[in-house]
Amino acid sequence: MLTINNITVDFGGVKAVDNVSFSFQDRELLGLIGPNGAGKTTLMKVITGTVKPTSGSVSLDKSNLNGKAPYLRIRAGIGISQQIVHPVNSMTVLENVTFAAGHSKTDQVFLSLFKTNRAIEKEEALNLLKMVEIEDVADEKPENLPLGYIKRLELARALALKPKLLLLDEPLAGLNQSEAERLSNTLLKLNQQGQNIILIEHNLTEVVRICQRLVVIDNGKKIGEGEPKTVMNNPVVRTAYLGRS
Amino acid sequence: MGYEISLLTIMGISVIGALSLNMILGFCGQISLGHAAFLGIGAYTSAMLTKAGIPFLLALPAAMLLSGLIGVIVGFSSLRVRHDFLAITTMGVSFLFTGLVRKQEFLGGEMGIAAIPDPGYGKVGFMLFVFGLAIALTLFSLYIKRSWMGFTFDTVADDEDTATLLGVNVSGYKLMAFALGTAFAGLAGALYAHNVKFIDPESFGFIESITILSMVVIGGTGSVWGVISAAVVLSVFPLWFQFIDDYKLLVYGGLLCAVMLLSPEGVSSLVVKLFNKIFKREKAIHVNN
Repeated sequence: MLTINNITVDFGGVKAVDNVSFSFQDRELLGLIGPNGAGKTTLMKVITGTVKPTSGSVSLDKSNLNGKAPYLRIRAGIGISQQIVHPVNSMTVLENVTFAAGHSKTDQVFLSLFKTNRAIEKEEALNLLKMVEIEDVADEKPENLPLGYIKRLELARALALKPKLLLLDEPLAGLNQSEAERLSNTLLKLNQQGQNIILIEHNLTEVVRICQRLVVIDNGKKIGEGEPKTVMNNPVVRTAYLGRS
Repeated sequence: MGYEISLLTIMGISVIGALSLNMILGFCGQISLGHAAFLGIGAYTSAMLTKAGIPFLLALPAAMLLSGLIGVIVGFSSLRVRHDFLAITTMGVSFLFTGLVRKQEFLGGEMGIAAIPDPGYGKVGFMLFVFGLAIALTLFSLYIKRSWMGFTFDTVADDEDTATLLGVNVSGYKLMAFALGTAFAGLAGALYAHNVKFIDPESFGFIESITILSMVVIGGTGSVWGVISAAVVLSVFPLWFQFIDDYKLLVYGGLLCAVMLLSPEGVSSLVVKLFNKIFKREKAIHVNN
C-alpha cells in the first residue's frame, strides 16, 4: 500500500534520515519507533510532503507521491495527527471535526462557494467525537481543553478525512497510563475495523501490545523490522534504546 | 439636502470598500496595507472607459475585473510570504500604484483625471444605486461566511499549516480571497470616481489604505456588521467634524491603538461580550427570583 524507498533527508550535511526503506501492508497497524531524534517525525513529514527528501521516493497504492503538494497527498488518502497538536482554536471541537468531514466540499475552491449544508458532516463529526469519547466537549473551544482531549480531537479530525492510511505522531504523549491505554484500545479497534495505521510512539508498552509489526530507526537509519517481541529482543534495538544489549 | 445625499453616498462607498478588505483580511486572514491601490485601479479604469464613451454599467464590471486580476497577481505574493512580510509587500503595492500613476501622462499624471462622466442617475438615484450595491455586498459577505468557502477561509486564517494537513488547497483559497476582495475594491473605486468626478494618485495613497484598514480592524476583522458599523461611523465623522478631518491620521491611529489594546477582535466583539454579560446577569437575577 505505502512504500518508502531509499529515503534520505540531508539537512546541510546532517542526515536526519539515511537510506530508509520499508513497505506498509494493507490493514496493518505498524509501529515506527526509535529514540528521540532518530528521524521518525522527519520520515513522517516526508510522507506528508512537508519535508522534501534529498533522495528516494514515497508511493501510495503504486502512485508516486514525490513532487505532490502536501494537500494533494492528504486528498490521495493520507491522514495525519501531529506530534505537536494544532487544533483550529477559533472553532469549537465539533466545528474542527465537521470541517475535516467536509473535505469533499472544499476540494474545488470556486465550487465551495455554492455549498452551505453542513448537516451530514456535523452528524459524522458527532459520531467520531463519540468514538474517541470526547462528545461531552463538542461545543468547547480547544484552547480551553487539556492535552488528552486535544489529542483525541486530532485523531477524530484525521479520521474525518476518511484516510486510506492514518499517520499518528506520538498520540499517547502527555497522557497518563490509563488514558494511553484507552486511546490505544481505540486505535486497536479502528485497525480491527480495517483502518490502516502507522503509529510513531515512545510508549513501548502500548506499541508492543497493539502493533502487528515494528520498524525501528536510530540516527536516521533503519536498525530493525519485524514482529514486536522479536524486534524488541534484537540486541541492536536494545542497545539503541538502553545503551546496552 | 444635497450635502446629506453626498454624505450617504460616501458612506455607502466606504461600506463597499471596507467589506472588500474584510474578505481578504477578515475572512482569510491575509494582511493588506495597500488596499486603496485596488480602489484606484477600479477608479482609473472606470474613469478612462467612460471618458472614452463606454457606458457606466459596462465600465463597472471592467473596473472590477482589472482590479481583481491585478489583485490575484499581488495575491501570489501571499503564497510566498506571510504576516509582517506580506504587510510590507502590500504596502509596497500602494507606493507602486501612486508612483506609477503619477508618471503616466495618459492617466493624467500628478494632475489626475477631471470631468469624469456622470452616470446619469441624478444624485438621489446614484445614492440609491450605491446603497443597492452595498446591501448586495453585505448579503454576499454573510453568504460567504455560511458557505464551505467561508468555513475554509476561517481555517486558513487560523492556521495555514493545519489547513494544508486537512487537505485544503491553501494557495487557491488565498488567491480567491484576493480576487474577490480586490474586485469589490475596484467597484468601490469606480463608484468613488463617478461620485466625486475627479481622481488623482493621492486619492488612493497609503493614508487611504490605512483608513480602510481602520474600518475593518476597529469594526472587528471578519465581522460583517462590525465592519459596516465602523465604515459608517469613520466615513462620516471626518465630514461632520472638521477637526477629525484635520487630524485624521492622529484620530484613526489613536483608535487603532485603543482597539488593539482594549479589544483586539474589534468593537463588535466588545459589544457582543458586553451584551452576553448583561444578558447572563439578567438571566441569573431571573433564575434567582
